[in-house]
Amino acid sequence: MHALKKRSPLRRVVLASAATVSGLVMLLSLKPHTQPEIAAAPAPAASSGAGSSAGTGGSSSGGSSAGGSSSGSSSGGSASGTRTVTGETVQTRWGPVQVRVTLKGRRITDVTAVSYPSDNPRDQEISSYAIPQLRRETLAAQSARIDSVSGASYTSDGYKQSLQSALDSARL
Amino acid sequence: MAEAVAEPANAPAAVRHAEEVMGTVFSFDVRGGEPRAVRAALREAVAELHRADAVFSTYREDSQVSRLARGELTVEECDPEVAEVLALGAEAEGASDGWFSLRYRGELDPTGIVKGWAAERAARRIGAAGVSGVSVNGGGDVQLLGAPEPQRPWRVGVSDPLRPGGLAAVVSSAGAAELAVATSGTAERGAHIVDPGTGRSAVTDLVAVTVVAPRLTWADCWATAAFAMGSRQGLAWLESLPDVEALLITAGDEVRCTAGLAARLG
Repeated sequence: MHALKKRSPLRRVVLASAATVSGLVMLLSLKPHTQPEIAAAPAPAASSGAGSSAGTGGSSSGGSSAGGSSSGSSSGGSASGTRTVTGETVQTRWGPVQVRVTLKGRRITDVTAVSYPSDNPRDQEISSYAIPQLRRETLAAQSARIDSVSGASYTSDGYKQSLQSALDSARL
Repeated sequence: MAEAVAEPANAPAAVRHAEEVMGTVFSFDVRGGEPRAVRAALREAVAELHRADAVFSTYREDSQVSRLARGELTVEECDPEVAEVLALGAEAEGASDGWFSLRYRGELDPTGIVKGWAAERAARRIGAAGVSGVSVNGGGDVQLLGAPEPQRPWRVGVSDPLRPGGLAAVVSSAGAAELAVATSGTAERGAHIVDPGTGRSAVTDLVAVTVVAPRLTWADCWATAAFAMGSRQGLAWLESLPDVEALLITAGDEVRCTAGLAARLG
């Protein structure tokens, strides 16, 4: 029984609620048309198409959505280092959704929905529930100041929905 | 237009890269070093990953491992890395009483060790280029060397399998020159989790096992083995291994950990 004593339950770090909105994390797979390599050193030219894998949105990304706001506008800048990046339109189970992320340096400071399905009877769900949840999860991960994420192996497709992908997108 | 990101004044330069290989994505974060040397090492590390994929993939009919499994090649005729990985795998089989295995349904299948081994090798390749910190994340398994900044350790979030997008814990590399964090779980791809006693799929009460150890090659194998063992046997076994800490999450949302894990949380 000695071994049992060592099994101290670890108090779970409370970072996110039990809501299942994993699919929405892929919204952070931003694809700004401006080159995403913003690290202090130039990005490596290690292999063609490699850098893009981090920033590629869902396969269903429809490119330009109404209003053309999906053109990956990266605005702001200035001395404060605050800028916004608008992601591609991504298909979710609620319909097409597009998000805008505000970054200060490399930290995401806000996530808002630019557009979401309005003709969908569940639009209430996505506007009042899913987007705030995405925002909360993203900001929680940011506030934890993590460099990387360990989890059960993901596939290339799964990567796009992973928190690691969101981290890479925010910093690449 | 590459906007320079404001880094702390004394922070070493960062080079980041994401590479699709081995059916997943490898994320690199390299700090410090001479930029040209860093990029050259990164290129070489990425090329090595693609070569390892070509040699070890069981999805490719013409890979050396596939041909080895069919008896068309001997180990001696394969690249030297094949013998190296098979030897490491045999060691892991012995240390885990067969819960980690290089075989699946009688066939040679080193999938369970290749990715962790390759990610560790990639990190060391880059680490040898005179950098101050390296993080290589191979599809959810992470090898860390050094530190990202002089006064800041690497921090790795452990994803919460029952709360997608959330974290169950954050592991810190403080005080460790090298540290690996590997997770096996129900979403595991590639690793065939088999009970060596029955030869059938292991019955486990776990949804995820995260192992923290100096080397990713072993952390990855131990996570796979402990996951198959289940929480009771898995935790007792992990506790018996030197320099190994672990976090286990059960299907009932219970979190268990080794006695020394707390010292590794940040």
